[in-house]
Amino acid sequence: MSVQAVGQIGQRGHLHLDATIAGAATVVGPFEAKGPLGHLFDRVVKDELCGEKSYERAERFLLRSAVELLLDRRGMSATDVDLLVGGDLLDQITTTNFAGRDLGVPLLGLYSACATTSESLLLGGLAVTSGATSTVVAATASHHLSAERQYRFPLELAVQRVPTAQWTATGGAAFLLNRDGEGQARIVAATVGTVQDYGLKDPNNMGAAMAPAAADTILRHLRARRQTSRDYDLILTGDLARAGLPLLVELLGEEGEHPDNRLQDAGVLLYSPSQDVHAGGSGAVCSALVLASLVLPRLKSGELHRALLVATGSLHSPRSYQQGETIPTVAHAVELEAIV
Amino acid sequence: MEPKEYRQRVQRLEPQRPIARNALWAFVVGGIICLVGQVVQSGLMAVGYTEETVKAPTAIIMVFLGALGTALGVYDRIAKLGGMGANLPITGFSNAVVAPAMEFKQEGAIMGTGARIFQIAGPVIAYGLLTAFVVGIVRFAIMGGKP
Repeated sequence: MSVQAVGQIGQRGHLHLDATIAGAATVVGPFEAKGPLGHLFDRVVKDELCGEKSYERAERFLLRSAVELLLDRRGMSATDVDLLVGGDLLDQITTTNFAGRDLGVPLLGLYSACATTSESLLLGGLAVTSGATSTVVAATASHHLSAERQYRFPLELAVQRVPTAQWTATGGAAFLLNRDGEGQARIVAATVGTVQDYGLKDPNNMGAAMAPAAADTILRHLRARRQTSRDYDLILTGDLARAGLPLLVELLGEEGEHPDNRLQDAGVLLYSPSQDVHAGGSGAVCSALVLASLVLPRLKSGELHRALLVATGSLHSPRSYQQGETIPTVAHAVELEAIV
Repeated sequence: MEPKEYRQRVQRLEPQRPIARNALWAFVVGGIICLVGQVVQSGLMAVGYTEETVKAPTAIIMVFLGALGTALGVYDRIAKLGGMGANLPITGFSNAVVAPAMEFKQEGAIMGTGARIFQIAGPVIAYGLLTAFVVGIVRFAIMGGKP
């Protein structure tokens, strides 16, 4: 395959990819299993600690077990994997790096907060398309309680959350990418996001901060592909939640794009309103869980023909917002097609 | 779109905080905690404490109850409903010390619990001391050293 066929990453460019998502595996916490998609996940852990002694170790367990489950099902072992790409939310992406140590697979650890899922699929898809590797695993994980520890307050501290706050999902998800042409869906194109910052400072309203990044990436992807939002059966953002989604609808509408109910958000889909997660779910694994459990099976069954995954990430750190910095955000788009 | 314009839009679309409901629950939860405090105080006075001597043991018992509720994982749920009604009484202060102490146990006794125990309560203690110092200076300036 020549380099030109891959396309170009750039302001007006996008990537032409040719990779197959051959399989996916999900492991979730008990709270996620109670949500509307609960019955669609592959494995549910009994408790938030997953038998480990800290929530950070539990998060690592979730990532590692998702990868192992993915490989076990296909009779593969870690030695069959050329490259692991993935990330998580913790400082120095320890979840991914430590799981990489346990798995012994060549690893590229990534961080773009909750956009890591599409970043992993994009880079994994690019590695496969270019012929640099034949088998890639893209994996992400997050844990509600380790994220609370890092980003917010001690777990038992008496705090009242605001309606725009989001709930970090507990789980791990892994996707197997190759060029076999058999499996759940094809990755056909992707757009790398540019970092957007509209001066919002509230880490309890990440949906609003991320909506412009999602709008920018979606519009750039559509223009580069000479498509409209109506060429898609589904545009799945993750995770703008209930606070960010209406803003994205307005921003797209002003540019003449009216995807209506083609536009869905992973943070809204993962939990039911009765679970009291405020605006909805978030976390590196949130969009991955919805993709693996809901979108890929529908692409496989032919119910959906074309879907665009637009995972969005808030790129602040606890230190940056304590110092009064605004929240930069990014969104990466990955276009998926049913295998015909 | 200009960032300012976008921020105005965010404010417009932001879901309303249920202020009236929150205030009502803060009143109820705060009121119940104070009622418990009053029962403790009256009980102590019934067994011989005077109005002067009862204050310290009452506070100690309330701090203990706040710590117990935190350790049992109940206090954060009470606060989810009661908000500042649960934060403001001394039980809330107890929670603000015990919660990080529990949280950072995993990072060890020195750099974990020891270093982080006042992570939340620290600012209250630091600025409480500063305020007391300033008030003390003002009092001294006005009234001199007289008690």
